[in-house]
Amino acid sequence: MSVLPQETTVSANSSTAAAETRAAKLMKRRSRIRFYEIIVWIAAIAAYFVLPSKMLILTEIAILALFAVSLDLVLGFAGIVSLGHTAFFGLGAYVAGLLALHFIAEPVTGLIVAGIVSGLLGLLTSFLILRGSDLTRLMTTLGIGLMMAEIANQMAWLTGGADGLSGFSPGPILGMFEFDLFGKTGYLYCVGVLFIGTMIMRRIAFSPFGLSLKAIKGNPMRSAMVAVPARKRIVTAYTVAAIFAGMAGALLTQTTSFVSPDVLAFHRSADVLLVLVIGGTGYLYGGIFGAILFTLVKDWLSVITPQYWMFYIGLLLVILVMIGRERLSRWVEYLPERFSKKEDR
Amino acid sequence: MSDIVLETRHLVRRFGAFLATNDVSLKVERGARHALIGPNGAGKTTLINLLTGVLPPSEGQVFLEGEDITSMASFRRVKRGLTRTFQINQLFNEFTPLETVALAIAEREGVGHNLWRSIAGYGKVVDEAAALLARFGLASVMGERTVILPYGKQRLLEIALAFASKPRVLLLDEPAAGVPEDERHEVLQIVSDLPADVTVLLIEHDMDLVFSFANRISVLVAGAVFVEGTVAEISTDPRVKAVYLGENA
Repeated sequence: MSVLPQETTVSANSSTAAAETRAAKLMKRRSRIRFYEIIVWIAAIAAYFVLPSKMLILTEIAILALFAVSLDLVLGFAGIVSLGHTAFFGLGAYVAGLLALHFIAEPVTGLIVAGIVSGLLGLLTSFLILRGSDLTRLMTTLGIGLMMAEIANQMAWLTGGADGLSGFSPGPILGMFEFDLFGKTGYLYCVGVLFIGTMIMRRIAFSPFGLSLKAIKGNPMRSAMVAVPARKRIVTAYTVAAIFAGMAGALLTQTTSFVSPDVLAFHRSADVLLVLVIGGTGYLYGGIFGAILFTLVKDWLSVITPQYWMFYIGLLLVILVMIGRERLSRWVEYLPERFSKKEDR
Repeated sequence: MSDIVLETRHLVRRFGAFLATNDVSLKVERGARHALIGPNGAGKTTLINLLTGVLPPSEGQVFLEGEDITSMASFRRVKRGLTRTFQINQLFNEFTPLETVALAIAEREGVGHNLWRSIAGYGKVVDEAAALLARFGLASVMGERTVILPYGKQRLLEIALAFASKPRVLLLDEPAAGVPEDERHEVLQIVSDLPADVTVLLIEHDMDLVFSFANRISVLVAGAVFVEGTVAEISTDPRVKAVYLGENA
């Protein structure tokens, strides 16, 4: 049953039909693969062949990128600010380490288990971020992050405390691909997980669910008035983000064969926020672009000024904020949308 | 026989010492075209906010089709068929009109939680969104960002968005405000064309619009119902005239 009375004239019918055709086209266009996306993945594969001596830093970028993309799902889509996202990263890192040490060395299994455990923590803690303003959320998430760090420190019998977890090495991926000394397998493994993770989150972004997240962020009062159950959606988004953050942590453990308490350190939460500030929020690839820029700048600065590189990172942050958020989150719109220039509006 | 679809009992809302809603007991019949008028600051918008759950009442109850919804969340009220428009546009600035309306339809159809299928895959939702936008004269701008649309178009989208939820009770908070003069009657015509069993509660300052649209009118003064009656009764009531003239003087 339709509330709209049937259009009676032929011309009205045909204009409705034209609108429907155009709407279908516009909706398909929303989720079309953009030019820069293809470039990113070609570059990721090309780097494997062109920069064989840089595998370790490239792996670091891929892991940070997955971590940042997962944060974008809550920050850029649902508009939930978090200073404790590393709680999930760190938990995933420890779970993967403990699993490899005591039970099973196969990395993909470790990755999945780490994702599930982190997702559970995300689900449990999501109820704490439902209430309050941005400021209370920052404090709550910060608190969760700090508590996780302290728990890892105190439970030395399990986590190795301040010494961290070591003495394990990941087995071949799916029993087939051995990790090598140069980190080539590790890089491809991380890029593969980043690719699959980004594609999954990309699908979520263009679903009705993804749209409703952006609605909650854009105008909470109106989103309630179109029947969006905001709390439920935020809980789901936070849980999914925690799963992928946990997987990023697991990747770090598996590629370094070591878990230090540093995986839960506050600076990681701050870094990943900075990555999104650099790369832009709300379109997922900001996490990837930001991770590349952040890691390269950090690497370069720490070579030229080993003691004071943090100063320049801080300066960069100040400059970025001065330029303004709006311009930051929208710069991607200036990139070409697709190969041909043809407009099909 | 009277079939009361929306009812308030002794509704009170205080902001500090200020009484914005003062013991309002209102009954709205199914299919009514009920107008809520009153001078500025009479508490009309506050009353709508209480009805839709944007604000919790200090005292009293709200009933929708006999069910107590006083402490029900806004989005659940919308799911039960009670929706509204806002006096000041509340839209999703970064969305296109198409995305905006499609979201509302997807939520109404209960597919809003699906995180795996692209919206483009919901052909029926997209078609209905397009048809609705065409009906409101928004088809040509359906792909633009809402924030760059002229105010009149945004106003139409505000109303179209409420229609997208297929409400059984629709609360319109000054829908014609900001709509160009020549399009006002068109907007109200679309509202009038709603099926007879859809109930409309309208806040409006334009008396011509009110008298041509409504079949029942409540006059709100200082947060309380001052008088209630048919169009004929209200339009000739000297006390109502005094209230309005008093405000103007």
